[in-house]
Amino acid sequence: MRQPGEFYQRDREWHPPAKTPDYKTSVTRSPEYSLLSLQQSASEITGPTFGHNDIDPIDNDMIHNYAQPGESAIGERIIVHGRVLDENGRPVPNTLVEAWQANAGGRYRHKKDTYLAPIDPNFGGCGRVLTDEDGYYFFRTVKPGAYPWRNWVNNWRPAHIHMSIFGTSFSQRLITQCYFEGDPLIAKCPIVNTIPDQAARGQLIAALDMNATIPLDTMAYKFDIVLRGRRSTLFENRLEGN
Amino acid sequence: MVQKLDYLKETPSQTAGPYVHIGLAPGAAGFEIYEKELGWDIAGPNAKGERIRVEGIVIDGIGSPIKDVMLEAWQANADGIYAHPEHPGEVEEGFRGWGRVITDFETGEWGFDTVKPGPVMGRSGKMMAPHINLWIVARGINIGLNTRIYFEDEAEANAADPVINLIEWERRRATLIAKRSERDGQVVYRFDVKLQGEDETVFFDI
Repeated sequence: MRQPGEFYQRDREWHPPAKTPDYKTSVTRSPEYSLLSLQQSASEITGPTFGHNDIDPIDNDMIHNYAQPGESAIGERIIVHGRVLDENGRPVPNTLVEAWQANAGGRYRHKKDTYLAPIDPNFGGCGRVLTDEDGYYFFRTVKPGAYPWRNWVNNWRPAHIHMSIFGTSFSQRLITQCYFEGDPLIAKCPIVNTIPDQAARGQLIAALDMNATIPLDTMAYKFDIVLRGRRSTLFENRLEGN
Repeated sequence: MVQKLDYLKETPSQTAGPYVHIGLAPGAAGFEIYEKELGWDIAGPNAKGERIRVEGIVIDGIGSPIKDVMLEAWQANADGIYAHPEHPGEVEEGFRGWGRVITDFETGEWGFDTVKPGPVMGRSGKMMAPHINLWIVARGINIGLNTRIYFEDEAEANAADPVINLIEWERRRATLIAKRSERDGQVVYRFDVKLQGEDETVFFDI
């Protein structure tokens, strides 16, 4: 009898390390001691669950979820869609995906953002959605603009959408960023380049998806998200009890 | 040649950046967009157990409070049961066990109200002392940091806790213990997180 067991160990050579000096803020915000590795217990293999009572159907439509009636956000209309899978290729259904981003000019609706590009009065910049039974999710939004940031004096973030995903356990909790195919700023970005492996960086670049594009209406990008896979316990289950 | 292991790779982490509030706590970013922001109520009105407040600051390697952090808590109820289908037992209606807070933009202080969790059964039949699992993201943090909040007044259970006892350097164990006090009749636990340097908090690879 196969029983669900622990989640696969996170590959810390695939993820960015804590201290990445070219991304300057990491220098004082990275632990110096090694992480203490834990075998998982109930504290790690469980996690919060969400339902349709928690969100509104319009929450995944960033073109309209902050727009005045009859208005819509300004910018390149895009759909960002994909599946949330685990490392075994299995869909992760009913999981919460949250997204946030700048507007088409690269300006965030945030009191701390003072970039001179204007706020769009009809764009908030956040959305959320639950994956369906196949692990599928989709957002409609405008493509965010690049924006400058104070790292080196002439650093510009590539266009990106921040994404937060829960999965089924607290150990799968993940925040990442989705970039867009063909953006020449990706290769120059110190935050992208915190990830050591070229193939890993490529996993964060959404592909232009003409098959999902709605002709004369909205372009589409496909962004699949992979969460940690889970081991089947084949012989004994020592998570709990004896 | 050997057969190919066709596992997928986990999506790499990236920092939550300075504007994490827009997506995950838009009210704090300065605008109302959702009918319901998530994560404000961990325990709900029906939860058994001692009502507590947990608060602190997150400090960087040069001793400054960080003012753009988001923290998420995950905890069991007073009976040591997680609100999750795989954990045996029931929780009170409205008990979610999960919360999300951000730091004050001026002071860096964060805090949440909840109930004190009960001990949870750990691996191999060893009981874990009451604790709250904590996940910390911010600008400059490339991958979320996991730690645990234990409680000062659970000294006996803490001494037997299988996770605390994995920390070979005993002096570092104290970084996981929240200090108990009372303020205006309310029980408050103080838990400051030190990201780097002297008295650096213990972080886990879970």
